[in-house]
Amino acid sequence: MAKLRTRRHRVVLSRSVGGDAGITIVLTLLGAFMFLPMLYVIMQSLKPLDELWRFPPRFYVTKPTLKNFKDLFVLMNTSWVPFTRYLFNTLFTSVVGTTGHLFVASMAAYAMAKIPMPGGRAMFKTVRMSLMFHATVTTVTSFVIMSAFRWIDTYLAIIFPALAYTLGLYLMKQFMESNVTDSVLESARMDGASELKTFWVIAMPMVKPAWLTLLIYCFERLWNAGTSIYIHSEQLKSFNYAIQQVMAGGIKRAGAGAAATVVMMVVPITVFVISQSNIIETMGSSGMKD
Amino acid sequence: MSQKTGGVRAVARKDLTRWQWTWKEMKRNKVGYFMVAPYMILFTIFTVIPVLLSILISFTDFNMLEWPDFVFLDNYINLFLDDDIFLIAVKNTFIFAAIVGPASYLMSFLVAWFINELPPKIRAVVTLIFYAPSISGEVYMIWKTLFSGDSYGWVNATLLRLDIITKEIQFFEDEDYVMPLCIVVALWLSLGTAFLAFIAGLQGVRRELYEAGAVDGVRNRWQELWYITLPEMKPQLMFGAIMSITNSFGFGAVVTNLCGFPSVNYAAHTIMHHLEDYGSSRLEIGYSSTIAVVLFAIMVGANLVVTKLISKVGQ
Repeated sequence: MAKLRTRRHRVVLSRSVGGDAGITIVLTLLGAFMFLPMLYVIMQSLKPLDELWRFPPRFYVTKPTLKNFKDLFVLMNTSWVPFTRYLFNTLFTSVVGTTGHLFVASMAAYAMAKIPMPGGRAMFKTVRMSLMFHATVTTVTSFVIMSAFRWIDTYLAIIFPALAYTLGLYLMKQFMESNVTDSVLESARMDGASELKTFWVIAMPMVKPAWLTLLIYCFERLWNAGTSIYIHSEQLKSFNYAIQQVMAGGIKRAGAGAAATVVMMVVPITVFVISQSNIIETMGSSGMKD
Repeated sequence: MSQKTGGVRAVARKDLTRWQWTWKEMKRNKVGYFMVAPYMILFTIFTVIPVLLSILISFTDFNMLEWPDFVFLDNYINLFLDDDIFLIAVKNTFIFAAIVGPASYLMSFLVAWFINELPPKIRAVVTLIFYAPSISGEVYMIWKTLFSGDSYGWVNATLLRLDIITKEIQFFEDEDYVMPLCIVVALWLSLGTAFLAFIAGLQGVRRELYEAGAVDGVRNRWQELWYITLPEMKPQLMFGAIMSITNSFGFGAVVTNLCGFPSVNYAAHTIMHHLEDYGSSRLEIGYSSTIAVVLFAIMVGANLVVTKLISKVGQ
């Protein structure tokens, strides 16, 4: 199979050497612009305090140490709410919110893209429009609604709005439209599969790259959520909030702060890497499109 | 969109009035409504109702303390005629969006397209390098460290060492530098969800189409892009466009974290900041709702223009 593909590749697609070279140069330059600041973040977290405040500053670390991470750990253990509790809060809301959103939004997106129900387009247009309305002003009204449901100061206040993020529905609908072919759905329906089953068994595997993308986005958003106006109890606050408290310590906590930045970015990146390897697997069999 | 789901339609459309036909279609596709229900109910509670209320509130003088009075268009008139800072904000927002919007869109697409033909393993690494900044939360604060105003900042130190400057530049406190720097950081953060959607969309374009195109006389990768790839990816292109618009017009929190609020002499003051200033700090909810409605209108307008442009792709 692989051989066949390479032979086809050579025969069919014309690629100029000049174009390849140009693309490589542009990619390298842009890549450096993206990567160097990230590298600096990692360097900073490995620098001992005297190097952090070294004059003149150096980009690279000369005596790398994990002391900053140890300091961060010690600092977090001194808080009166154990930091594992913060971690649990954030992990719990992130996992439940992401899973729920994936399911709820994909199901709705499938119906809007593939079931010709009156009003479906209008619903979709409303969702798309709402992406452009800024959330600051809806804070007050949302708060009133939350208190009416008695969800203030519970996990529900974080999880339920996450289920209805607008972006997920929009993304899934666009992919359902372009990547799920009607003929495949049609034959599933002929075989007597219910819509729900067709959606779950036929359509969802065809848009795997899309929902893996959504998973990363949604998880990242929940993971990085800081303080929420809906949460008062210290025991229910987020990991990000706890990290912010550490970083607010100023100069003497610069080392721990640099470590905290790395800790916060490691988790979304890990989720991304895991799902990305899944995307690549799916791509190998992209022949399933019609 | 397919027009024949399920069984054969019993009655021809022309025999029914419009409402009867709609009602029949609704009953026939009722499973669809069950499938959208969980999402739409939550969406209505957390987005539709708050947004509609905000639009209503934009016609009042609501300030969280007293019962709101209807003032009709007063807020809108004040905003455009008496609020000089708002006009600065509008100017900055447009400059910002006009640069960051198209640039981030093009960058996301071009990078996704460039790496599309790389071997999978290498592509994954490159994707990570480009995507990492946008998922790493507050990691952009590193720009503040790099461009710190004292000589502990790496950029200042380097420029001093190379004798390019003789005195440190207060990057985030200097009117001339805040806006360009914020644009750079915005671009650094801009390869986000749209970028991933482009990658996934490009991978979804069927190979047979390229082969058929080659037979039909597509000669180089640019023709292939224009005549085959782009038309196939229209749904993703639309998605990316909306993301660029919302991100570039709604870019606020990052600027506040980098430059403080208000930024020096309002040099990086955008509509978003104006909105948050009135909404969160001064609690003039009526007025801030007005700003939100105006921003909303601007974004919807931008969206219309961009949608028109994208529909011309590949023609």
